[in-house]
Amino acid sequence: MAGVLGTSIKRREDPALITGRGKYTDDLQAADMAHAAIVRSPYAHARIRGIDTSAAEALPGVLAVLTARDVAAAGIPGVVPVGWLLPDLKTPAHPMIAADTVRHVGDAVAVVVAEDRYLARDAAERVAVDYEPLDAVADVVAALEDGAPAVHEDALGNVAFDWEIGDRESVDAAFASAANTVELDLRNNRLIPHAIEPRAVLASYDSSTGEMTIHMTSQNPHVHRLLMTLASLGMPEHKVRIVAPEVGGGFGSKIHHYADEAIVGLCSMKLDRPVKWTATRTETNLTDAHGRDHSTHCALALDAEGRITGLRVDTAAAMGAYLSTFAPAVPTYLYGTLMSGQYDIPAIHCHVTGVFTHTAPVDAYRGAGRPEATYVVERLMHLAGEATGLGPVEVRKRNFVPADAFPYQTQVALAYDSGNYGPAMDRALEMIGYDDLRTEQASRRDNGGKQIGIGFSSYIEACGLAPSAVVGSLGAQAGQWESADVRVHPTASVTVYTGSSSHGQGHETTFSQIVADKLGIAPEAVEVIHGDTDLVQFGMGTYGSRSAAVGGSAIVKSVEKIIEKGKKIAAHLLEASAEDLEYVDGSFRVAGSPDRALALGDVALQAYLAHNYPDDLEPGLSATSFYDPANFTYPFGTHVCVVEVDTETGSIDLLRYAAVDDVGNVINPMIVDGQLHGGLAQGIGQALWENAVYDDSGQLVSGSLMDYAVPKIHNLIPFELDRTTTPCPHNPLGVKGVGEAGAIASPAAVVNAVVDALAPFGISHIDMPLTPEKVWRAVNG
Amino acid sequence: MTVSIQLEVNGKPVQAAVEPRRLLVHFLREDLGLTGANIGCETSLCGACTVLVDGDAVKSCTMLAAQADGASVTTIEGLAQNGDLHPLQEGFWEKHGLQCGYCTPGMILSANYLLAQNPSPSDEEIREGLKGNICRCTGYHNIVEAVKYAAERMS
Repeated sequence: MAGVLGTSIKRREDPALITGRGKYTDDLQAADMAHAAIVRSPYAHARIRGIDTSAAEALPGVLAVLTARDVAAAGIPGVVPVGWLLPDLKTPAHPMIAADTVRHVGDAVAVVVAEDRYLARDAAERVAVDYEPLDAVADVVAALEDGAPAVHEDALGNVAFDWEIGDRESVDAAFASAANTVELDLRNNRLIPHAIEPRAVLASYDSSTGEMTIHMTSQNPHVHRLLMTLASLGMPEHKVRIVAPEVGGGFGSKIHHYADEAIVGLCSMKLDRPVKWTATRTETNLTDAHGRDHSTHCALALDAEGRITGLRVDTAAAMGAYLSTFAPAVPTYLYGTLMSGQYDIPAIHCHVTGVFTHTAPVDAYRGAGRPEATYVVERLMHLAGEATGLGPVEVRKRNFVPADAFPYQTQVALAYDSGNYGPAMDRALEMIGYDDLRTEQASRRDNGGKQIGIGFSSYIEACGLAPSAVVGSLGAQAGQWESADVRVHPTASVTVYTGSSSHGQGHETTFSQIVADKLGIAPEAVEVIHGDTDLVQFGMGTYGSRSAAVGGSAIVKSVEKIIEKGKKIAAHLLEASAEDLEYVDGSFRVAGSPDRALALGDVALQAYLAHNYPDDLEPGLSATSFYDPANFTYPFGTHVCVVEVDTETGSIDLLRYAAVDDVGNVINPMIVDGQLHGGLAQGIGQALWENAVYDDSGQLVSGSLMDYAVPKIHNLIPFELDRTTTPCPHNPLGVKGVGEAGAIASPAAVVNAVVDALAPFGISHIDMPLTPEKVWRAVNG
Repeated sequence: MTVSIQLEVNGKPVQAAVEPRRLLVHFLREDLGLTGANIGCETSLCGACTVLVDGDAVKSCTMLAAQADGASVTTIEGLAQNGDLHPLQEGFWEKHGLQCGYCTPGMILSANYLLAQNPSPSDEEIREGLKGNICRCTGYHNIVEAVKYAAERMS
């Protein structure tokens, strides 16, 4: 149907969700369902001397109490694997249930199953674990110090990996001859994802068939099935069905395979009945993979004209107590490769040390590596603007990769396929009224009182993950294609089975728009099925802003195959040559003779009747595609933040936030804007409020919403959005992806704005989150 | 040990025997099957479990079912009348005020309470009125728009 792409049609997902009919995992009930509660370590590091389960078992209604001994007795692999390997990566075992040592607060030591949710928790309290507490280290820098407590015996110095990209010598040479250099020590604060739906699982094993159905909070059910069966439960893959019902947000945290889900699976196998577990907020915060947590030294070299000649980055990146599913990739291939930003930088070197700590694991969280890279580059660009006297706008423009230089090969592996950075910056300046703001800033500086600051972030991201051969060569233990099975029914309505599983993004709406456009039918005639390994062919799921670019492209490929087959059927019926047929507005017609045409429905019906049909063609009208992209996609944009800082109290007010993003062609502008809004909130939250704090003994002291400041509605302001459009040249939709852009760009924009406001005080950096206390201390020496 | 309670839920009389410690949200979700109210925390901060109790917006994870004895409770399932969406439900749909939808029932019921107190709130009053409900998906931008849409429809 013409005009359906690029249109803000309302989401078909919403009627169920606004009436309370949407079913999330914890909403599900099964006959004879039992409830699990997991007993967790209160220590960051301890030896388990013994576990006494008798008091728990004695409670009426308690069905089982399992420990590591039961995992071993079950004869299953019983581990939680890592899915991305780096050279010389230390991969200490991560047992489903800790056997003799716990390595972070929240590590599972036992599980109780009972007839009732409350009873299970009562019984969990009665499991007596005899711990011998050991020294712990939670801080990424402290963990690297001599004599730091070891997280794993086989990871010397707590080093999980030592990785580098770029050319150290050419960077050294650039710094040796630089006219100007700027440098910075920064921390990228640890974040807790906080999907509002905590992780949950309902596992239903049936010994009569040997089959297990697991409903769970998953962004990628097939990946979860693979890891669950291969490494944890040791079941045949075809005997396990994983279903992601409605999923209440993920932001990366529901990509990963966790011990808890496997533990509940084991409980169901042992009891031969359905078992449900839903994390409390505290539990999910203790065990969800966290995000970020870097300590970085970085420096930029510039020539006398303010052109960048070299960039040097050295980062210690926390991995937590165990390597989570994709953890090693995040601070390496999703970080070091982004260091060129939007700029033509002739020499780059990035060195990263992955560090074990006695904390929850760290893995992909919205943006995953790219927000950290953008923060490094854009903080340095702010300092470069000051040091060169060019200011934040000119220093960026002077170094942008020119529009005629694409495709552009960076010094850190990535080849940007397309880009046009100047117009996004210009539009952002226009939206924000830049010159007037600088005038007001000058007047405030003269008059004292609350100061205003203007901060920029010109970001690049690599998303739409991505060519399988490339990620495979970099260590991925999985492909990064996406699948789509498109079935045209005899009456010309369509069902799409996509491997990309939605958790709030509106895939059903967006994907129906793609099919409606390509087949010339109404979006209402298209059903989209996802999130069930028994219904859908293997798929890779939703993360890395990949669903439109990779999942959507797979759908287009299938539709193209359907049209090709339909042409052969129509040609037979019309007694024409298939080469002479075209498909326009839902009809196959002979080019030049629009009267000789058959509607999609006529052809679809014949495809299933096969009464009057080409001899050499199979009946039916459906097609499956596995689309493997040629490259990553490269969204970009410029964000501008305006803040007001009360130097008396250190408090910060957001005044304006303008974002100009180029995400390529847009399928549904309303949904795209919504993705940006959400990403901005998370990035601004990181800059101003959010912080996962472990104390020196490894206790998570910001583990609840009482202590961890997720942005609330009165903290935020309306966002001002606009777009430029540079279509992706290598996928059939010209789309790039938008899920992470807001979270990638915004931390640097906010911090740059605050630092800009405080420039008269000689302040060049404050670590996130910029709490009033930190700002006040910076101002007051 | 159980206590007997009698209350009205979405206009229908309900009688039950509950454990004294049973939370209202578990009673609604597990005993009555009204799973619209969700649980996102255990500290009364996220607001996903918000329902109306005698017209007040209440976090049902912090109220015992026993305390609802004699009360009239409205959940998201009871908001649409005769198959017509409530203007707030329309507004959230129309203005893309939700993504994953998990916070939405609580957000809509808090907004319902807000509009009952203040039928034409300013943007600032909407942001003040909904600060007990956390949304991690939308950045709240479109939630403000959704509530304004509903306020206009209801005036």
